[in-house]
Amino acid sequence: MRKYIPLKWQTKEKFVEIIISSVGFVSVIVLLLIAFFLFKEAFEVFYRAGFYHVILGTQWYPTSDPPKFGMLPLIAGTLTVTGLTAIIAIPLGLATAIYIAEIAHYKIREFLKPLIEMLASFPSVVLGFFGMVIIAPILSNWLSSLLAERLPELLRNTSLPFISTTLADFCYNKFFISSGLNMFTAALMLTVRAIPVISSIAEDALTAVPRTYREASYALGAGKWETIYKVVVPASVSGLSVAVILGIGTIIGETMIVLMVAGGAAVIPHWIFDPIRPMPSAIAAEMAEAAHGSLHYHALFGVGAILFLITLVLSLISDFISKKYRAIKIGEKV
Amino acid sequence: MIQGEGNKHAPFELVHKRKFNLKEGFFLSLIRTLGFTGAVILIIILLFVALNGVKALSWDFITKPPIESMTKGGILPVIVGTILLTIICMVVIIPIGVTTAIFLAEYSKPGFLLNSVNMSIYTLAGVPSVVFGLFGLSVFVITFNFGMSLLAGSFTLAVMILPYIISTSEEAIKAVPYSFREASLACGTTKWQTIWKVVLPTALPGILTGAILGTAKVAGETAPIMFTAAAFFTPGIPKSVFEPVMALPYHIYVLATAGTHIEQTRPIQYGTALTLIILVLGMNLIGIILRSKQRVKKAW
Amino acid sequence: MVEINQTKYIFEIKKFSVFYGDFMAVKEATINIESNKVTAMIGPSGCGKTTLLRALNRMNDLIVTCRPKGQALFHGIDINDKDTDVIELRRRVGMVFQKPNPFPSSIYENVAYGPKVRGIKKRSQLDDIVENALVRAAIWDEVKDKLNESGLSLSGGQMQRLCIARSLAQEPEVLLFDEPTSALDPISTAKIEELIVSLKKLITIVIVTHNMQQAARISDYTAFMYLGEMIEFGDTDKIFVRPKNKLTEDYITGRFG
Repeated sequence: MRKYIPLKWQTKEKFVEIIISSVGFVSVIVLLLIAFFLFKEAFEVFYRAGFYHVILGTQWYPTSDPPKFGMLPLIAGTLTVTGLTAIIAIPLGLATAIYIAEIAHYKIREFLKPLIEMLASFPSVVLGFFGMVIIAPILSNWLSSLLAERLPELLRNTSLPFISTTLADFCYNKFFISSGLNMFTAALMLTVRAIPVISSIAEDALTAVPRTYREASYALGAGKWETIYKVVVPASVSGLSVAVILGIGTIIGETMIVLMVAGGAAVIPHWIFDPIRPMPSAIAAEMAEAAHGSLHYHALFGVGAILFLITLVLSLISDFISKKYRAIKIGEKV
Repeated sequence: MIQGEGNKHAPFELVHKRKFNLKEGFFLSLIRTLGFTGAVILIIILLFVALNGVKALSWDFITKPPIESMTKGGILPVIVGTILLTIICMVVIIPIGVTTAIFLAEYSKPGFLLNSVNMSIYTLAGVPSVVFGLFGLSVFVITFNFGMSLLAGSFTLAVMILPYIISTSEEAIKAVPYSFREASLACGTTKWQTIWKVVLPTALPGILTGAILGTAKVAGETAPIMFTAAAFFTPGIPKSVFEPVMALPYHIYVLATAGTHIEQTRPIQYGTALTLIILVLGMNLIGIILRSKQRVKKAW
Repeated sequence: MVEINQTKYIFEIKKFSVFYGDFMAVKEATINIESNKVTAMIGPSGCGKTTLLRALNRMNDLIVTCRPKGQALFHGIDINDKDTDVIELRRRVGMVFQKPNPFPSSIYENVAYGPKVRGIKKRSQLDDIVENALVRAAIWDEVKDKLNESGLSLSGGQMQRLCIARSLAQEPEVLLFDEPTSALDPISTAKIEELIVSLKKLITIVIVTHNMQQAARISDYTAFMYLGEMIEFGDTDKIFVRPKNKLTEDYITGRFG
């Protein structure tokens, strides 16, 4: 224990610590590099075609002469399909989480949780494939003929004043599905992608609610549903909103499903059975034919940069919420 | 029940007169039904792919290369491509991911730097896979001049899976009891010796489980390799890491959408999808089983 | 290699304090620890006895907010000096914890852990060290046929003796015991106590306990701490029979605690 400086082990420890700490920053560097390269490649299109023309332009004709890079149809495609998916997927995802965390019997839970987890890692290209070969034909052949032909016929035969004409026309106009590859099919398949994401995060949030809350509620004579609805869900609302936000982030970024089943038309959709071309599918479909360094190539990076910014904002929001949420949890323990 | 004035309920009413609560019954059964949606969908899709794919699956299918412009023959180079992509990706990323996890769990001090690391891991996890594809194209394919290649694709996948590997490893390292570290340090070992000899061996099963689950994710990804590695067709198994490869997910996509014989190649599409699912879900299952075993085994 | 201080005290603690942030967990304690004796520290929970014990081999370094102040000498060298080799200090001042904490590896690997890390590779040499340590920890007969079994397969008392053997394999001069029997049954406790008494021929022992009978049974000197202060320190016989301080008397007679 004599004093001798620096000790051999101390030098070695310092060396190890420096190496590990520098590797620890790789993720920061990677994120910065992603942002840098995306914006570097995207800059050209915004610079040459004008920022507002690109963002708000309604015509996406990258290969016509002269090419037009109005991204609004792509952005609108992403927003509409995300909205439609969210309407279906959020209730399903949250219900799955509530079922697993609060209601299911122990044995069912042990069986259901791995299944949901497997669904989460299910290759999206297979989901897209399934949508193409099964869902799309069902929609265009079966559902379309049911809702746009049989139903109007039935309604017309009723000879009721309003129903026989207006509603029949409405059904005929709105439910005629010319192609099964459209926003609705994409939303159905995206739902499959989003359910496991939403439910696994939401389930964590629900199980983090202290058992004492539930006991207190039951002790006051509340039933199971009242306890879930009035105690457990409010107590975990920030975690549930993180689940919803990250679920939406997954939907926005999902590529293969929209590439294969959304129809691919770069026009602003008017109805849920319209074909669309959301941002990820535009990148995936067109990058192969865009020559490196062409304006089209830069435009696709521009789409990627917007996509990156949207998911970045969603991550920041959910991180902010979950930090606050964690603070509350620590507060409860003390 | 309190006995006394104003209490008109006899105790036995508690048992006999429990009213059926309509609202409660409705919502609970609604949630019970909806809660199974995900599982039911999974099973339907699995059955669909399995029933259609099993006809195509044979020994020749997985050991022979495709022939006659991919309308016949097997998918050997496709399988090999996916395996090579995932192996190189994991070999590259596991050391980086685990080291980052060691940094976060053992060396980091609270403050701005730690926050920025955590923040970027969190953000990276939310970046769409197609954006990683763009990044790989711009950096590995063009800037590093790897071209569309096995190497560029593996690196792109590695960047994509980094946050997942970090967080599963960090969890495994943090699950090692504090008392193990104390015991080791009290033996007169340095911090690094403690990490290397005690913490990492104890965390290893957890780290490996995360790596297996991460491999499953990587194997099923299409978008990151579309413009960095995947080829429509290669005559055989790649001879160097600078050659493009075929990959299972991309093969399904190509045959189902861009091929000239979409209907004719349906059996091959189903067979490829089934192979991919067996690979991905098989690894997933192994990971899940390993993890639940570890949970049982943890006696400390 | 070491300038052995000529006094009979192995540790000389003088006006020594430990802070957790702003909280003063040990308040200017003064205590001298004699070699080859058992020194017990007693007191109600939260009195700072464990903190003081952990300061002796700087295990408190692991707690970020923890900061020592004052004089704590080991063989005349300041423990907390930044030039002090903390690794060598911990090798020479071993520690046994409240809950038995063997590593999830074999019994052999547990005991051989320290020597191996220190660079001893020869199997025969390691075998000797392991056997020696297990014999001294009075557990050799129970485990000699299953050295390759997991350390976690042992009973609580055996695990604790395995942990003692793990420390002994380092040839320490001092062993610090932090309530080593609080998680054990009476029979295992008796074995550990017996072991501690037998060990003092070889090494110096400092033990923290909240069990006063235990302190009375096995220690030569006893220190009573209360709210971070060293209330009384002296021969165990005197402290238990004729305590000078009213607080000590109240504690020993069970009026609080």
